[in-house]
Amino acid sequence: MSERKPIYLDYSATTPVDPRVAQKMIPYLTEDFGNPASRSHPYGWTAEQAVENAREEVAKLVNADPREIVWTSGATESNNLAIKGAAHFYAASKGKHIITSATEHKAVLDTVRELEREGYEATYLQPEADGLISLEKFKAAIRPDTVVASIMLVNNEIGVIQDIEALGNVCRANNIIFHVDAAQATGKVAIDLEKLPVDLMSFSAHKTYGPKGIGALYVRRKPRIRIEAQMHGGGHERGMRSGTLATHQIVGMGEAFRIAREEMASENERIRMLRDRLLNGLLQIEETYVNGDLDHRVPHNLNVSFNFVEGESLIMAIKDIAVSSGSACTSASLEPSYVLRALGRSDELAHSSIRFSIGRFTTEADVDYTIELLKSKIGKLRELSPLWEMFKDGIDLSKVEWAEH
Amino acid sequence: MTMQTVFFDHNSTTALKPQVLEAMLPWLTQPTGNPTSRHVYGRNAREAMEQARKQIAECAGVQVSQVVFTSGGTEANNFAIKGITANLTPSQLLVSAIEHPCVTRPAQSLAWHDWKVVQIGVDGQGVIDLRQAEQILKTRTGLVSAMLANNETGAIQPIAELATLVKASGVLLHTDAVQAFGKIEVNMTALGVHAMTISSHKIGGPIGVGALILDKRVDIAPLLHGGGQERGLRSGTENVAGIVGFARACQLAMQSLDSRRLTTTALRDQLEAGLSKLGAAIFAQQVTRLPNTSFFAIPNIEGETLVTALDKAGFAVASGSACSSDSTEPSHVLLAMGVEPDLARGAVRVSLSDNNTSEEITQFLAALQQQVQRLKGLSAVAA
Repeated sequence: MSERKPIYLDYSATTPVDPRVAQKMIPYLTEDFGNPASRSHPYGWTAEQAVENAREEVAKLVNADPREIVWTSGATESNNLAIKGAAHFYAASKGKHIITSATEHKAVLDTVRELEREGYEATYLQPEADGLISLEKFKAAIRPDTVVASIMLVNNEIGVIQDIEALGNVCRANNIIFHVDAAQATGKVAIDLEKLPVDLMSFSAHKTYGPKGIGALYVRRKPRIRIEAQMHGGGHERGMRSGTLATHQIVGMGEAFRIAREEMASENERIRMLRDRLLNGLLQIEETYVNGDLDHRVPHNLNVSFNFVEGESLIMAIKDIAVSSGSACTSASLEPSYVLRALGRSDELAHSSIRFSIGRFTTEADVDYTIELLKSKIGKLRELSPLWEMFKDGIDLSKVEWAEH
Repeated sequence: MTMQTVFFDHNSTTALKPQVLEAMLPWLTQPTGNPTSRHVYGRNAREAMEQARKQIAECAGVQVSQVVFTSGGTEANNFAIKGITANLTPSQLLVSAIEHPCVTRPAQSLAWHDWKVVQIGVDGQGVIDLRQAEQILKTRTGLVSAMLANNETGAIQPIAELATLVKASGVLLHTDAVQAFGKIEVNMTALGVHAMTISSHKIGGPIGVGALILDKRVDIAPLLHGGGQERGLRSGTENVAGIVGFARACQLAMQSLDSRRLTTTALRDQLEAGLSKLGAAIFAQQVTRLPNTSFFAIPNIEGETLVTALDKAGFAVASGSACSSDSTEPSHVLLAMGVEPDLARGAVRVSLSDNNTSEEITQFLAALQQQVQRLKGLSAVAA
C-alpha cells in the first residue's frame, strides 16, 4: 500500500506488539513448538514451563496467585466465561439477577443480554454525567436474587476509572459475585487483587502491547469462586477452559505484562504529559468538550466532542491521524456512541466526538501535529457550517424551530 | 531441551513452517490495527484477514463466507455442538464412540438441556458402524457429530456415507476434521456435512487458531458474545497474525499433500514392518488411515512405561492423545474397538511428518527393540 501511514492514536483499540514481546514469542513459534499438554516428551515440558512462567508474570502485575490465572483467547472470552460461568454456577443458590452498567464493553453487555434471553434479569446502571457509577445507585439496584455484578475498571471510550474497591465491598457485603473487565486497565492503573474485593477479572494482551488472540481470566481462590466452563474438552486450565494452549501467545502476554509492571510508573508519567499537551492544545479550539471525568481517568485517553462539526466529515478530514469515533468494535456502524449517550451527550455532540488514545510509541511531535491538524480542519469545516454561523451570530440553536421538509 | 529428540508426535502439534512464520511476522512486528477499526491500520488488518479467509475456503472447498474463525479446534467443536443444538428443539444427539473429548464433553453438557446423547459404535478397526447409525437415526435426532479421521488410530471415517444417511432423515451433521484436514484431501462440499472443524497447529500453522466452517443454511447460536465480529457468530478481536499463519499453512499443506502422503506412507510401512517383527499389535491396520499415523501395542508392556523409555532414548511419541496423556486409563478409542483393556494399556502412537527420515525409523525400531527386551527382562524378573 502506497498510502502514507497516519499517526497512530488508537491505542485503546489495539496496541502494536512491543518488539521485546515479539522477540520473546518467536522461539516458541519455531524451535520450542511443543504442545504444553504433552507429558511424555521434552517438547511438551519446555512449552509447559514457558506457559507457567508467563502465568506468573500475569499474576504479578495484578498481585494474584498464578493459580488464579486462566488463559483464554482474549478479554471477550474472559468476559463471557466470567459472567455466564458465574451466573450459571450460582443461579440455583443465589438467583438470576445481574447488575452491570450501560457503559460496559459490548462483550459484557451482549453477554448479559444473552443471559436475559436465558431467563435472567438485568439492571443496566446509567453513569453520572462524568461517566462514573454512583455507589448509591449501585446499592439501590441490589436485590435479594442478585447473583453477579460486572463493572469495568477503565472505560474503553472515555477512560474513566471506576471505584472498584467501593463497589466490590458492597458486593462482598451482599454476597454477590463481582466481575471486573480490566482489559483497558492493565499497565495503566495499579491493580492489587490481594486488596481489591474482586472475584473475577478479565485481561487482554493486545491492549497492553501483547499479541491479539490471547487473554486471561482471574478466578479468586480465597474465597474460592466457581464458574461453569464454556469450552469443554481435554480439561486444560483445571477444567475451566479446554483447548491446546497457544504457547507463543501466552509467552507474549507474559512478557507484555512483565514490561507493563516494570515500566508502568514512568510510562504513565510520560503519557500524562503528552495527554495534557494534547488537551491544552485542543481546548484552544472553541466549543470543545471533554467527555468523562478528567481526574478519575487513565492518562492514555482523551475523548473530545467538537461542537458544530459533522462527525463523518471530521473523520474524513483528519485521515492523517488514526483515531476512533467510538469503540472500535462498533465503529463500523454510524450509530452515535452508546457510552457518550449514556453520559447525556446529545446525538450531535456524540457524533462529533473523537477518541484519542496515546501509547508507548506516541511522541510529542505526534501530539503537536494532531493539535495543528484538528485546529485547521475544524476551522475549515465550521466555515462551511450554517449552524456555526448562526451560533457565532448569537442565535440560541436550542430555541430554533426547524421547519419540516 | 535435548535437541536430538526425534519428533514423532505430529498429531499432537506440529512445528511451524518457516514460510508460515514469514507470513505472520509483519502482523506481529509491525503496527497492526484492530480489524474493526476504520483507519488504514484497521483496514489493512481486515484485508489480510479476509485474504486468509479466502485461502482457507479454497483449501476446504467452500465459499469464503462459510468460514468462521475461532481460537482453535476445541472452541470450534464446542461452538458447533452447543451452537447448533441451541437453535433446535431438544431431541437426540449422536456422537461416535471415538470422538475427541472436545466433542463428547460439550455433548454431555447438553444432557442438562434435555438432549439425549447417544453413541454410535465402531467396528474392530475403529470405523463407525453405519448400520448402527442408521438404526439410531430412526429415532428423532437433531445433530450428529462424527470425526473425519481419528486422532489416535488415524482411521478415516465414512463421513460422506453418514452424510447421505443423515440427509435422508433431515438431520444436521458436524465433522471434526482437525486431524484429517491437511493430511488427506478434504472437501467439505463434497463430504456433504453441515459443519466442519479445522485447526491450524496440526498442519504447520500456529497454535491458537481454528475455524468452524458452516453450511449457509445452518442456524447457529454464538458461543462468545460481544463486538459482533465474524458476522456476529464469534465476537472478540481477531488474532490477525494467527489467522494469516493458518491460511499460509493451509496453502502449503495442500500443495504438498501428495508428496507428504507418499513420504509418510513409506516411512510408516517401514515402521510397521519392523513393529510386526517385534510382535506388536497394530490398530486399525486393515482400514484406510491417515498416512502418517501408526497406533500399536507390544503385548505385556505398559504404553506409559514404553513412552517414557523411548523419550529417554530420544524419541517423542505419545501413549494416546496429548490432552489425556495425564491419565493412565486405557484409550477410549481402543476400548470402543473391542480391544482388551490389558492390550489397550500398551498403546503407543507414532505420528510422522515428511521431515522424518527412514534413518530415524531404523533408529527408532532399534531403540524400541532394546527397550522391549529390557522391559520384558524386568517383568520376567518380577514374575
